[in-house]
Amino acid sequence: MRALALHAGLLAMLFALHFALPAYHHGNLARVMVLASYAIGYNLLFGYAGLLSLGHALFFASGMYGAGLLVEHGGAGAGPAMLAGTAAAALVSAALALVALRTRGVAFMIVTLMFAQAGFLTILHFGDWTGGDEGFVLPQAGRMLWGIDLSTPDARYLAALALFSACLLGSLALARAPFGRVLVAIRENEERARMLGYDTLAHKRAAMILSGTVSGAAGAAYAILFGYVGASFAEVQYSILPLLWVLLGGAGTVLGPFIGALFMFYLIDLASGVTTAHMLIAGVALVALTLYAPQGLMGEVRRRLWRGLP
Amino acid sequence: MEFGPHLMLALIEGAVTAAVLALTASGLSLVFGVMRVVNIAHGEFFMLGAVLAWWIAQGIGGHPAWGFGAALVVAPLMAGALAVAADLAVLRRLSYDPERTIVATIGLLYIIQQLTLMSYGPEARPVVAPFDTRIALPWPERGPEGWQIGWPWGFGTTTWKLTVIGAAAALVGALWLFMSRTRAGLVLRATQADREMATAFGIPVARVYAFTFGLGAALAALAAVLIVPIRQAHYLMGGDPLLLSFVVVIIGGLGSLPGTLLAAVLIGLSDGIVSVFFSPTLAKIIATLMVALVLVVRPQGLFGARAP
Repeated sequence: MRALALHAGLLAMLFALHFALPAYHHGNLARVMVLASYAIGYNLLFGYAGLLSLGHALFFASGMYGAGLLVEHGGAGAGPAMLAGTAAAALVSAALALVALRTRGVAFMIVTLMFAQAGFLTILHFGDWTGGDEGFVLPQAGRMLWGIDLSTPDARYLAALALFSACLLGSLALARAPFGRVLVAIRENEERARMLGYDTLAHKRAAMILSGTVSGAAGAAYAILFGYVGASFAEVQYSILPLLWVLLGGAGTVLGPFIGALFMFYLIDLASGVTTAHMLIAGVALVALTLYAPQGLMGEVRRRLWRGLP
Repeated sequence: MEFGPHLMLALIEGAVTAAVLALTASGLSLVFGVMRVVNIAHGEFFMLGAVLAWWIAQGIGGHPAWGFGAALVVAPLMAGALAVAADLAVLRRLSYDPERTIVATIGLLYIIQQLTLMSYGPEARPVVAPFDTRIALPWPERGPEGWQIGWPWGFGTTTWKLTVIGAAAALVGALWLFMSRTRAGLVLRATQADREMATAFGIPVARVYAFTFGLGAALAALAAVLIVPIRQAHYLMGGDPLLLSFVVVIIGGLGSLPGTLLAAVLIGLSDGIVSVFFSPTLAKIIATLMVALVLVVRPQGLFGARAP
């Protein structure tokens, strides 16, 4: 009950901030909510099932290009584009789940990294369709949903909040559902979970498809809300960032992905005012987190203050 | 140009790639073999070698040979020293846990790359080779009087490219001699075979690990110094060597030097051919998919079980 109040409280606060924030932070927070949805997707696989993927940019980009290409070449509106992007990510993650889950540990990390890199290169290779390195700007028609213009700041913020709410509440439900608990059991000790009679491979596959689909939905929303589709979102950096957000916020917590994305977004935003080398912050944070706080912020809260934090 | 000379050119380019790749990948393979650490920052040590070479060559001035000669010695030493420091400060404190060290080396990658961007800047800069003359190559042609030796226009190579191939071959040979004939090499191989047994026999495993990580980085930096006269020094240049080294190490069998060499030649030559006749992007797509599929099909043989 307390947990539900906490998460509903966060959503209510984000809704209230819609009316209170100055324009610059209002825009930033909309972006953070979409990125946090991506991080929630990543957390489903990494935080709960314990599978460290280095290739989630493939799913994010699948959603982004699934939506963007349909708008660009098919003239679709935002609704069908969102569905197409999510479906594309679901397909890609299902295919990858069949192949990559034959490996584990370090090999799984390398395999996902390599598939994502192949995906990025494929986008470059078909530059005539995808715009290659430069990408393309989404036409206005693709940013209309039921007559609402999603490119205006207000509609954009509320749409991002809607997506984030769905992801956050879904993640909360999953953490308390039997499925989520089996994933945690697999993370802690896969042998034992199998001995107890759970089909661990099927659970891991389901987690990967779910994780990829949520990440893809975030990618599709990013394309529609911010109006740009580019190959840089398929690069290694966009596989590392969700890992960083989740590690910082706390892997295996419901709030962690949002906290991590928010902190990191503003840290990198501040740093880029000082230097072009803003990814230095990300590197330092990765090393410091693995060394000193592998549990992340919410993990520390759970350890010290509130053991039952979902 | 006709097909024959064109293919020969692709093969020479491929041989240069293969030579540099063999050096870089043997560093990665050594680190994985002995320490069981996947070093994602390996490409950045390569980049560091090239950037340091530019700095040293700038600082010394005079005839290019002096600057280059100094870079050839000093740049790998500096990169190696940095790697030793990273091992002591970070990797050791993670107890070499495989997954956490990967995340930490990703962090190292960004730290090294972004610090280079802040100090060296975003430009690509060349280092002048000590010598570099063009050699035209002969090719049999069918003339009016039957077959004869011709000199097709644009068909040739440079002395520096041939030197790179020769030097890399010599260095890999030296590494092999070091590993198989010296006492230090024996200690490394013993640690690779069984870490705990090595500790029991009084081998200072912690120092062996630090040395190995430094040696791996120095090999990458050395390869970069050799290639920097042909491909310029740039802060993002570490990506491709990292990717290709992974391909080579995984296909050649982890921790096995002969396998790494064979795979480097194979991958280097085919990369040259596919890049020249099709597109470099396609060559990279094939390479990445190859790594992924090899790992999926034989996960135990490469990463799961210890390399023989």
